[in-house]
Amino acid sequence: MRIGTARQTYAADAALFDTPTQRAWLAVLAVALLGFPFLASEYWLYLACLVAIHILSATGLNILTGYTGLVSLGQAAFMGVGAYTVAILQQRWGVPSLLSLAAAGLAALLLGLLVGLPSLRVKGLYLAIATIAAGVLAHFAFSHFTTVTGGSAGLTVRPASVLGIALEDSFRFYWLVLPLTAAGLLGSANLLRTRIGRAFIAIRDRDISAEVLGIPLLRYKLLAFAISSFYAGVAGGLYAFFFRAITPETFPLVLSIFFLAAIIVGGLGTVLGSILGALFMTLVPEVLKSVMGWLPLSGNATLYLSPVRTIVFGALIVLFLVFEPLGLAEVWRRVRRTFHLWPFRT
Amino acid sequence: MTIDWWLLFEIVLSGLGAGGLYALTGLAFVTIYKATRVVNIAIGEMLMVGAYLFFAFSAGLNLPVWAAILAALVASGAFGALVERVMIRPMLGESPISSFMVTVGLGSILVGIVELVWTADQQRLPEFFPAAPVKIGDAMLSSKVVWGFAVAVLLIGAVLLALRFWRGGVALRATASDQQAAYSMGIDVPRVFSLAWVGAAMIACVAGIVVGSIGGISSVMGVFGLSVLVVVIFGGLDSVLGALVGGLVVGMVEALAGFYLGGEYRLLATFLLLVLVLLVRPYGLFGTHEIERL
Repeated sequence: MRIGTARQTYAADAALFDTPTQRAWLAVLAVALLGFPFLASEYWLYLACLVAIHILSATGLNILTGYTGLVSLGQAAFMGVGAYTVAILQQRWGVPSLLSLAAAGLAALLLGLLVGLPSLRVKGLYLAIATIAAGVLAHFAFSHFTTVTGGSAGLTVRPASVLGIALEDSFRFYWLVLPLTAAGLLGSANLLRTRIGRAFIAIRDRDISAEVLGIPLLRYKLLAFAISSFYAGVAGGLYAFFFRAITPETFPLVLSIFFLAAIIVGGLGTVLGSILGALFMTLVPEVLKSVMGWLPLSGNATLYLSPVRTIVFGALIVLFLVFEPLGLAEVWRRVRRTFHLWPFRT
Repeated sequence: MTIDWWLLFEIVLSGLGAGGLYALTGLAFVTIYKATRVVNIAIGEMLMVGAYLFFAFSAGLNLPVWAAILAALVASGAFGALVERVMIRPMLGESPISSFMVTVGLGSILVGIVELVWTADQQRLPEFFPAAPVKIGDAMLSSKVVWGFAVAVLLIGAVLLALRFWRGGVALRATASDQQAAYSMGIDVPRVFSLAWVGAAMIACVAGIVVGSIGGISSVMGVFGLSVLVVVIFGGLDSVLGALVGGLVVGMVEALAGFYLGGEYRLLATFLLLVLVLLVRPYGLFGTHEIERL
């Protein structure tokens, strides 16, 4: 049983890693993450990289949707812009990988500002649907500016290279994506301790009250869009380096829905939620695949796999919203509290 | 450059034909939104389910067309009631975003089920519209489009009459305008919710059968719902008139863009229209402008 921690200053209360226990567990996690690639198989490394990219993008979307309350179905479009930026910079001008990732973030950020512009006038669900428009327009641009984007044939990307080392397999790529995702998570956790983060939350809770309190709505809403799409752009750039080929179909509306689902399943408005949600949503299809492999289905289980995956995807969204609207982060919090208070019960 | 006026006329007419179906589906959407404040992004998938039910009854069970349509209608209604009871009722009082996401999940589930049962391949519905094209002046129109438009107009008229005169329709409008007041006047609001979903599912079923008989049915039919979203945003989420006007306008814009620019421009034109309308009138042409106060 752990005794409660008394915090005496606001800074202590808002600290990121406040208790020694927490710091110890984080150290354990860090060691585990550093040791993971040496023990895991190629398949698990591939999944780990994919999960990390998804976490990065989900974190961005969570800033926009979870904290600021602006629902966006355009995350895939922003990722697409990032991916194409990386591919074009690399193919045309041979820009170094890290630099092109930064450029990917910036390009997506600019688009995010553009898409965010109507957000002052357009609210709630109207905005959500307007962001679908961003996705449709981006898809159109990707498939029709053939000279730049290669049209429906898409572009191929060479593996990223950092300090002259080509990151051509998952093992090497892991060392690029892990620090970036960690930095992204730390950045988002820190953002919420600042004035900006608190402004975001005020806007989510009631934007008119926030305005009355002196928060310039347009500026902060645009800022949320900008930060969120920057994350998406970098994640999209990583996607391009990871899969080495992008086509307009790589970033469909379903991918945007995937990220929205991930943060809902994980928990809107929590950093942990983005992590758990992206992890969960990425791994469920894989688990499903192996479960379907074991089942004694007649002949080709692969035929059923795709529809079953679609059903499970939808069912997860519905079940979480109906039974656990606060998501996995809340489940985790409850588990933790049970352990803290044991043997007493809440 | 000379414009072939008859050709233009023909395109506009076929656009209006498609627009009638958009208007009809938009009407189903608005019914749900008005009564329950749920933005049903799965409307395209509900339409698909209606079409597949008809397919199951007609091609699968070999029922005659009229019986199959009736059976599909009844089954769709039951399906609407089920969805409302299982997914929408528990979301009462949650944020609009949550119920919106529930319908996103619903759409995904429906697509999966259809693919599981009927595979993702395109199927053809049995032919029941007369085959001879209809001629208006020099303009030739496929009879399916004309009949589809006629069905849409009839059904829209019926729904408008029901909303105006039928007790259930009046209850629905009362609930839409003030839930609390409706409750206190003895209207069973949960039943109205259920009614709205049943009605919308049935309307969507009719639209699905017509759309399916024109273009065939497949598991990607739900994309139709994307254009319907534009229709209702254009007209205003809670406006019946808006859905009708929006449907016709979007249908025409799509037909013109599709003919003069190419098929891939259809969705682009629709969404550009959406962006324009949102910039000028964020709550749609005929939507209620909600006044917010602290």
